[in-house]
Amino acid sequence: MFPAAFDYHRAGSVDEAVALLKQYGGDARILAGGQSLIPAMRYRLARPAVLIDINPVADLGYIREGDGVLVLGALARDAALERVPGLHDRHPLIAEVSAVVADPVVRQMGTVVGSLCHNDPAGDWAVAALASRAQVVVRGAAGTRVVAIDDFLVDSFTTAVADGEMALEARFPAPSGRTAGCYQKIERKVGDFATASAAVWASLAADGTFAEVGIAVGAAGPTAKRITAAEALLRGKKPTRDLLRAAADEAAKAADPSADGRGSVAYKKAMAGVLVGRALDGTCKRLGIEAL
Amino acid sequence: MTITVTVNGTKYVRDVEPRTLLAYFLRESLGLTGTHIGCDSSSCGVCVVVIDGDRAVKSCTMFAVQADGREIMTVEGLAAGAALHPLQQAFWDQHGLQCGYCTPGMLMTSYALLGKNPDPSEAEIREGLSGNLCRCTGYQNIVKAVQQAAATIGAEAAALAEPVAS
Repeated sequence: MFPAAFDYHRAGSVDEAVALLKQYGGDARILAGGQSLIPAMRYRLARPAVLIDINPVADLGYIREGDGVLVLGALARDAALERVPGLHDRHPLIAEVSAVVADPVVRQMGTVVGSLCHNDPAGDWAVAALASRAQVVVRGAAGTRVVAIDDFLVDSFTTAVADGEMALEARFPAPSGRTAGCYQKIERKVGDFATASAAVWASLAADGTFAEVGIAVGAAGPTAKRITAAEALLRGKKPTRDLLRAAADEAAKAADPSADGRGSVAYKKAMAGVLVGRALDGTCKRLGIEAL
Repeated sequence: MTITVTVNGTKYVRDVEPRTLLAYFLRESLGLTGTHIGCDSSSCGVCVVVIDGDRAVKSCTMFAVQADGREIMTVEGLAAGAALHPLQQAFWDQHGLQCGYCTPGMLMTSYALLGKNPDPSEAEIREGLSGNLCRCTGYQNIVKAVQQAAATIGAEAAALAEPVAS
């Protein structure tokens, strides 16, 4: 299982990478962590004629907090997030995801932005990004644009990054005041694709009602899926057991998984509901509230 | 293209095709067959090597050209001549292997783990090795071996740090 032959170029800066992308267009792919791209190339599911390696770009692995956002550069590795002190207190959803992506060795190389760009239907980061309403900064020869995650995730293995463009960074809103999140995932073993997954991100208003709510599930359709009906149920309401149960039921209803060795359609739909329920419970616990 | 890599302290300059994976480069170009190839798709961990002293990576999922200018440590780099590394001795003492196929990857992942966390709990060892598969042992003796190695390395470091009696 060897990849098809390709031309290899190293980019020493983002400008160099963009110039190479302009030169090679749709024939080129960006190589960051490579933990999804290289296996895909080995299975010949991907056959890029040109690889542009951005690993030599010195300052692209940044993890910046402040101004209400957590900003992750294109080379920010999952393992680097795991090592940020106190991240679990400030960004519990992000910290939780970074600890369950693939396995600990794969996380040494794998990147958050690369995972979003790969847009595997069972990937972890797209689910968390949807729930927390992240943005992706995309750079091309024509300039830089900021894409909302809902517009970024176009279809399975397809994003809004056009030929000649690259994703430069991901921006996750920072919890301010009473905001929290939670990620839940069922996998057969460490490193397997998710059987089902769910992310919740919510903030509380002063009167104890939900102000903002984000709910998303993974492995439940062509891409990570926002559960709009569940969000609408909770927004502006105080959390009650019945309401949280109804929101979880909406997730089970909306989930559109495929049957495979990990489970039947009925099982995976049920698990989407169960995991949204658990993620809602986890979020409420972190918000310091008890649903009655 | 031509790459320069330092493997186990020896510098090599070699011409490689960009699509050559690091595991195959180590085995076929350098003859270092201690690094094994198993699933060939980043799932099993038998190909783990340590890059730049502290980062365990699956060498089947990295191109050799990406290692240009870097330092790589393979299982062949653990022993000092005839003296086994404490991890190797511990795998021997605790019988942390049966067929041995996963062992190079287990050793290198454990090496990087102990580099970052010299005194890991059992849970941390199990978590740290969760990307390495063993189909023989049930992991029990592998965990014991890593615990023994951590204790040995810790004791050696403490002995070095002890002031010499006057």
